[in-house]
Amino acid sequence: MTLLDEAAALHLPVHEEEEELPPGLLKWFTSTDHKSIGKSYLYTSMVFFFMAGLMAMMIRTQLIQPDTGFFDQATYNELFTMHGSLMMYLFAGPFAFGGFANLIIPLQIGAPDMAFPRLNLLSYWLYAAGGVIMISGFFVQGGAAEFGWVAYAPLSSATNSPGAGPDLWIAALILTGFSAIFTGVNLVTTIFYLRAPGMTMFRMPIFTWNMLVTAILILIAFPVLTSALVMLYCDRHFGAHFFTVSGGGVPILWQHLFWYFGHPEVYILALPYFGIVTEILPVFSRKPVFGYKGLVFATLAIAGLSTSVWAHHMFTTGVVLLPFFSGMSYLIAVPTGIKFFAWIGSMWKGQITLETPMMFAIGFLFVFLLGGLSGVLLASPPIDFFVHDTYYVVAHFHEVLIGTAVLGGFAGYYYWYPKFTGRMLRSRLGQIHCVLLIIGFILQTMPQYVLGLYGMARRIATYTPADHWTTLNVLSSAGAYLIGVSFLFFLVNQWISWRRPIPAGDNPWDGHALEWATSSPPPHHNFHFLPPIRSERPTWDMNHGEPARVDVAGPTGVTVR
Amino acid sequence: MAKAVGTSKGTGGFRSEALLFLGTAAFFAIVLGVYWFSSYEDGGSLLLLFTVCLGLLPGSYLFWWSRRMRPRPEDRPAATLEEGAGTVNSFPDRSVWPLTVGVSMGFVALALAFGPWLAVIGGVVAIISFVGVIAESRRGGVV
Repeated sequence: MTLLDEAAALHLPVHEEEEELPPGLLKWFTSTDHKSIGKSYLYTSMVFFFMAGLMAMMIRTQLIQPDTGFFDQATYNELFTMHGSLMMYLFAGPFAFGGFANLIIPLQIGAPDMAFPRLNLLSYWLYAAGGVIMISGFFVQGGAAEFGWVAYAPLSSATNSPGAGPDLWIAALILTGFSAIFTGVNLVTTIFYLRAPGMTMFRMPIFTWNMLVTAILILIAFPVLTSALVMLYCDRHFGAHFFTVSGGGVPILWQHLFWYFGHPEVYILALPYFGIVTEILPVFSRKPVFGYKGLVFATLAIAGLSTSVWAHHMFTTGVVLLPFFSGMSYLIAVPTGIKFFAWIGSMWKGQITLETPMMFAIGFLFVFLLGGLSGVLLASPPIDFFVHDTYYVVAHFHEVLIGTAVLGGFAGYYYWYPKFTGRMLRSRLGQIHCVLLIIGFILQTMPQYVLGLYGMARRIATYTPADHWTTLNVLSSAGAYLIGVSFLFFLVNQWISWRRPIPAGDNPWDGHALEWATSSPPPHHNFHFLPPIRSERPTWDMNHGEPARVDVAGPTGVTVR
Repeated sequence: MAKAVGTSKGTGGFRSEALLFLGTAAFFAIVLGVYWFSSYEDGGSLLLLFTVCLGLLPGSYLFWWSRRMRPRPEDRPAATLEEGAGTVNSFPDRSVWPLTVGVSMGFVALALAFGPWLAVIGGVVAIISFVGVIAESRRGGVV
């Protein structure tokens, strides 16, 4: 009851339902409001995240001792394939470009909705259908796909991977591919055409910039995957020979096509979370973002280079141009370094408060740095030849992806949850979640680097005591369980926030960007009023009254410095 | 040819947007040149060529417009909110057809694994849904 009184005392606006919507589930199924679709995306992808997380713990249980025999070889193959596929295709991407982008981008640029609301809803339903189809692979004869999330030819051919499971995997990815392409089109159009007056391209928040670049990467990468999958399906069922040697095909072509999608995909999964972190660090340091234009051009450079390095996954095939791909891979370290410099600069001498989102963001900086540094090593062909397909690579990409998609993603979730629900999450529980997650994750991953250097290959279900890998594997599994425990704190936090809400108010973090100028949750079509947009942080200007300096400059009107 | 109204060269709307896509095309054209002449590998080169086209197509369209239109309020740093007053667009509030299109496409995709009869079911629902989308009046939400 006290909470309700608090809400009344704060004069929180009662959310008026201006739209006539059917009640209950039908509203969620048919509403084309970007906030509703964004929330659907967010929670659906989180369900897939928890499923894939449970699979990860099953994998770690299998590997905790030599030859545990919890799962047979085939089931183990299904588990790691679906763990990777769910995490990559159904969680990490849609969590960002479906969930956060939908929720936040129209708010950040002062738009009433996404440019194509019905296409937006179609994206969600294609994604949901694809997700269900991918999971359903477990329930057909022969089980789910077993060829890893990369589906290398000729392992993915009809002879080597028979059954309905691989076909369902292909069908699911075609659907989610179309979903992503539609989302990409929608994001680019929204950002180009629906910005508020005064919101020039170089005043957009960095998150919006990063999502724009991500959307272009989606448009570059996903059509390649979808067409490659169609070719693979033709190979499997219609006797085509794109990837089979017997008919004159080239198996390596699959790797070229897949990684031309796959490497931009890694940055499709990373850039949005870079953007989220760039929103959070300045807000909780009470400073403007440091090096705005540097960050924008670093994002563009990372995106361009990331599409030029696809074959650094294929060094050991022996048929790719090593100097070109190695050099381009090294180059990515430069714009990423610029980003780190700007992130540290944003915190430098700021009044840092360690709220939950800030802790996650700082955790992201550490974990992603570790993953990024091991990535620089892997860009060197002599080192890559040595550790390719070992746990060294596993540790590398888990550090990169958990750093971005999980730490960055949940930083964004804790940061924007008050905005899209109007409630706070408890900060103590959030901080425990963050600390346990980072400790568990470091404990899980660091031993895997050593295991990789000792020669433990990835995707193996058993090893022998004579390998002396047992201790490190126990540590790694313990870390995985600790990650699982940390997410219990997250779920409890959700439950408490649902049962005993603390009203958030419009702007609990004293944020900078436009989304904090409207109510929480935002009204239908987002804004009853907009503050004047005279800098990269209009809400801050409105609340703290720093007048923008205005100079008259020429016939086109007035420029603002 | 329509002449640009009230703007000098290159100060029209969509300038940054056009340069973003044209820059994409230019970057990948350079990468394509370097890659092709150092590897003569056709698969990757062809993909890079199509990426160049992806940058050129929207980029040249936006650039064509940016030479011919006044800057919009969102292109001008000093624009006031009042300049953006009026109807932005029509935004439908709800629609059942995206759900039915999505589910029917799911059935069509399931046909890849379980046989063409699923594609027939999915196809029929899809055709009804497409008709529905096209015929649907845009309910509510003119902003």
